[in-house]
Amino acid sequence: MIAVSQSAARYHIVHETSYSYETPVSLSRQLLHLTPRDCSWQRCLAHQISVKPEVTAARERNDCFGNPVRELAIEFPHRSLCVRAESTIDVLPHLPALAGITHADRALSAGPSPTWETVREALAYGSRPVLLDASRFQFESPYVRVKHEFASYARPSFTPGRPVFDAVQALMRRIYDEFDFDPEATTVATPVLKVLAEKRGVCQDFAHLMLSCLRSQGLAARYVSGYLLTQPPPGQPRMVGADASHAWVSVFCPELDGGRWVDFDPTNNLLPDTQHITLAWGRDFADVSPLRGIILGGDAHELDVAVTVTPVVETRGEAALLP
Amino acid sequence: MPQSLLSSYQKKNDRFDEMLAEDGCVRPSWQPFLAHLAAATPEQMRHRLDYVRRRILENGVTYNVYADPQGADRPWELDPLPLILSPGEWQELAGAVTQRARLLNAVLKDLYGPQTLITDGSLPAALVFGHNNFLWPCQGIRPPGDTYLHLYAADLARSPDGRWWVIADRTQAPSGAGYALENRTIVGRVFPEQFRDLHVQHLASFFRQLQDSLAHWAPRTGEAPLIVLLTPGPYNETYFEHAYLARYLGFPLVEGQDLTVRGDCVYLRTLSGLRRVHALLRRLDDDYCDPLELRGDSALGIPGLLQAVRAGNVLVANALGSGLIESAALPGFLPGACRKLLGEPLAMPSVATWWCGERAALAFTIEHLDELVIKGSYPSQRFDPVFGNELHGSKREEMIARLRARPQAYVAQELVNFSEAPAWSTSHARRLLPRGVGLRVFVAATPSGHVVMPGGLTRVSAASNARVISMQRGGSSKDTWVLTDAAVNTFSLLKQSVGKADIVRGGRNLSSRVVENLYWFGRYAERCDKTSRLLRVALSRLVDAGADTLPALNSALDLCRTMQLLPTAETDTHAAAKARKAAAELPLDAQMVHAVCSKEWGEGLAGDIRRLLWVATQVRERFSLDNWHAINRLQHQLQQYSETLAGEDAQPELGEALAFLDQVLLTASSLAGFAMDNMTRDDGWRFLIIGRRIERLVFLANAVAGFLRLPSTRAAGSLEWLLELTDSIITYRSRYMIQPQLLPALDLIVFDDGNPHSVAFQLQFLVRYLDNLARLLGGPRDEALPQALTRLQAFDLGSFEGQSFSECSACNPCLELAGLLSGTALAAATLSDRLAMRYFSHVGDVSRQTFAS
Repeated sequence: MIAVSQSAARYHIVHETSYSYETPVSLSRQLLHLTPRDCSWQRCLAHQISVKPEVTAARERNDCFGNPVRELAIEFPHRSLCVRAESTIDVLPHLPALAGITHADRALSAGPSPTWETVREALAYGSRPVLLDASRFQFESPYVRVKHEFASYARPSFTPGRPVFDAVQALMRRIYDEFDFDPEATTVATPVLKVLAEKRGVCQDFAHLMLSCLRSQGLAARYVSGYLLTQPPPGQPRMVGADASHAWVSVFCPELDGGRWVDFDPTNNLLPDTQHITLAWGRDFADVSPLRGIILGGDAHELDVAVTVTPVVETRGEAALLP
Repeated sequence: MPQSLLSSYQKKNDRFDEMLAEDGCVRPSWQPFLAHLAAATPEQMRHRLDYVRRRILENGVTYNVYADPQGADRPWELDPLPLILSPGEWQELAGAVTQRARLLNAVLKDLYGPQTLITDGSLPAALVFGHNNFLWPCQGIRPPGDTYLHLYAADLARSPDGRWWVIADRTQAPSGAGYALENRTIVGRVFPEQFRDLHVQHLASFFRQLQDSLAHWAPRTGEAPLIVLLTPGPYNETYFEHAYLARYLGFPLVEGQDLTVRGDCVYLRTLSGLRRVHALLRRLDDDYCDPLELRGDSALGIPGLLQAVRAGNVLVANALGSGLIESAALPGFLPGACRKLLGEPLAMPSVATWWCGERAALAFTIEHLDELVIKGSYPSQRFDPVFGNELHGSKREEMIARLRARPQAYVAQELVNFSEAPAWSTSHARRLLPRGVGLRVFVAATPSGHVVMPGGLTRVSAASNARVISMQRGGSSKDTWVLTDAAVNTFSLLKQSVGKADIVRGGRNLSSRVVENLYWFGRYAERCDKTSRLLRVALSRLVDAGADTLPALNSALDLCRTMQLLPTAETDTHAAAKARKAAAELPLDAQMVHAVCSKEWGEGLAGDIRRLLWVATQVRERFSLDNWHAINRLQHQLQQYSETLAGEDAQPELGEALAFLDQVLLTASSLAGFAMDNMTRDDGWRFLIIGRRIERLVFLANAVAGFLRLPSTRAAGSLEWLLELTDSIITYRSRYMIQPQLLPALDLIVFDDGNPHSVAFQLQFLVRYLDNLARLLGGPRDEALPQALTRLQAFDLGSFEGQSFSECSACNPCLELAGLLSGTALAAATLSDRLAMRYFSHVGDVSRQTFAS
């Protein structure tokens, strides 16, 4: 059930990625997760990807999680690669209508979401019906570990009998409070155990950490790749992670609306709604990284990524507010 | 019955015995063989054992071939006595493993398709989605004929009641079929009459069916399908088998870097360009196959392979993702899956298995820990099997805590008492010893159903009462004889009729990497020969140094220094030069031994031999068995000689060094003979020969130039060793009947283009070959060598007339000719670089993964 408290927000997104290589790259293959997927609260109105140099081959398909993916091949020597993805998106409000689930800045009260133990039980082997879709996001994946360290970290939030989203929200708040946003601290290759130990990282790290905690509790949770509004509406603070691609998590609850996923953004300690634009989801970053490629040659390379998300002003009807 | 043979053979009550029935009598299927053994003389048996050992050594059968460049390869262990299986027993066994192959194929089809096994609860999601070998990008890909397992292997063991159990399934790239084949070729020759009289089934038709099936399912493009065998390379523990099977099946042996994906098709990089590949028989693990979509850190894979598979443009056998069902946890769920997918009961049970992810199984496991072995559910855990009865005190508590904390990651299995079969005692003649045996059987999928290899790899435990059989842990192996009542199929792996589409022209499918290695094989083989010759010239004069031979010794030593085989005392500031200087102060004997076989890996003659062996292992499937024997002999000679030098107080003996040089020269000349006489004239061979010629040219030109420049060579006896060094002394004597003189000697070893050891001969040969190469493969003609040849031919040999070599000093015309020769050597070295740039340059270029967020 979607609580219609606001009207749709419309955004224009430009996501530019440029590589420049020290020596020519003779062969390059790239997988692009740059096309926003359609979902019940989001519609893509216009989308195009342009690539320089001209590609030798390109094809589109959906990956095993239903995300649109484009595969490029450049089979001649080149010294740079620029990929520009441009999209126009409508996002509808989609916060779950649950007592206790509100924006993080408001107080929580005990709500009707089922206890986290019930959810875990429903996902365990032997329960019927088998929740095939959710169970794909229940186990280890390249960047997410299922280990007792994460279970221990999560435990204070997962007290016996606590409603699941209450517990997840508490976990999110602790990650937000106890971890520092620090772009210098980690790279794509930083293991999530190190993130837990050093308590710093970026949105991807916090998402992987939260996923590790949730899956170590036996819950199903997926990684969401997307964007944030670059300039916030007036009076609201600018969120962390704008100007770049963003990442958050989504948690499964079987009994809500016959089974649905609810998003949580540990980097900003809130429940994503109309200011988060969903690009793709998977088990972790490896499944949905915006550009994943293999190059032959090139030596050292420089990478530049720029993301701009701007609200589109409707000339008629309800206009979105602009600064 | 032969009591003496069986005197130390004890049948145990808690195990099945393959040879002895319950009542202690020899089983009927074993009787003729055992009777033969009993009749054989100790002498005969010793010969047979020696034969087995020699063949393994000569064929270079190893379990991890040269994985360590220091040469720590482990010879394959083979017991000469086969495991004998009766026709009736085999029929039942073959039927059961065929069913299992069908079942596992159906399981893969379901798990990479609709996943009904998960939705109806037949299989826990944790064992699929939690398994690192479930390849997500492969979901939804349907291979041709819905065949996932083109080759499947089952590890079997026999329970005490005589029933066969499945211990493990090998589904992604089963190894062992090649070793089984090699065991057969050896054991079949040890007992040829018994092999024939007992009606033992042959193996060849199985491999033919595998070949045909791959060709059948490969995409059709109107040409003969190119099928390659993909190996992770010589570091892999079963590389011997990859090379062996590639040669046996006639598939080019390729590594990931030999292949490239263009426009959704897979191509082999060859000298003459890209050639379309239709099928890959892979020995590379699933997740390493495509760094773009699978493991990004894999340098062994082929970026884009998955997309080529998705597009239906290449067959990969076994299908990518098939490693998923090697999980130790799966067997417990197979009876249910078999009823559901095939509608029949599972014919052969697996060893009893409990997946701890089920609550009842966890409780059972903890309660019966002493009778169980604990294994990991997922290969990524790298968890070695733990025997419950070996756990005590805190170790036991720790294990139980781990089981409770993450039960789905563990599997408990019943302990297996392997059945026992006789092995020939190597220490006591004429004794049979009971040893635990396990059997690996192979099943191939064909368009008309599954076929089982009538035989298999029998693995033998290192000791009696074994619980683990592992080739890694010192186990041995046996040939497996499956008897038949019907006529033996004597098919051999040669195509019965070759159509026009089957015709393959020489060398079209040679990868550039193979050609590069053959080129260096040629160079190193020649270098070993020439270095040995120069060292022998000096060493033989050092051994019997008298007043009359001393001047010749000194000049030979000087040339060794010029050619950098011996250290020089020149002052220099580099650390390496300092080390050389220190070495130059060693006694001469020690210096010479050091030059022959240095303790440093890459130095001296031994360094060149090791490099030769290394490049040979990279392309071993290209050499005939006899050729390979010669290479192996060289390896053993080097090993033996190094061992004599290894001890701290070992005294280096010049005589031994000389003997070693003689051995190396003998092997080098047989390698040269094989190259000329035994190899197909394809591009690979052409590059091997070009490598040899370039190396010889560089050596000759530098040696003669050095000789002309050195003052010490004016002494008596020097011209004689120069002729010896260049292998021209016989020709010289037959032509001139006089003591060596400079002018005729130079004519013979520099200008005479009829002498295969002359500078002019190498130059003319190379000019002709490179012209051919440029015509065949395209590219510019080489200009430097023809110019060097012209300059050399323009040199006036007459300028040496009337000059006495022994009285002159190093001046013109000696210096002029030396200059020409040095220029020739330089041109040859430059040519080598240009060949590498043009034909080999991409080798070693490794792809890298990039990420952008």
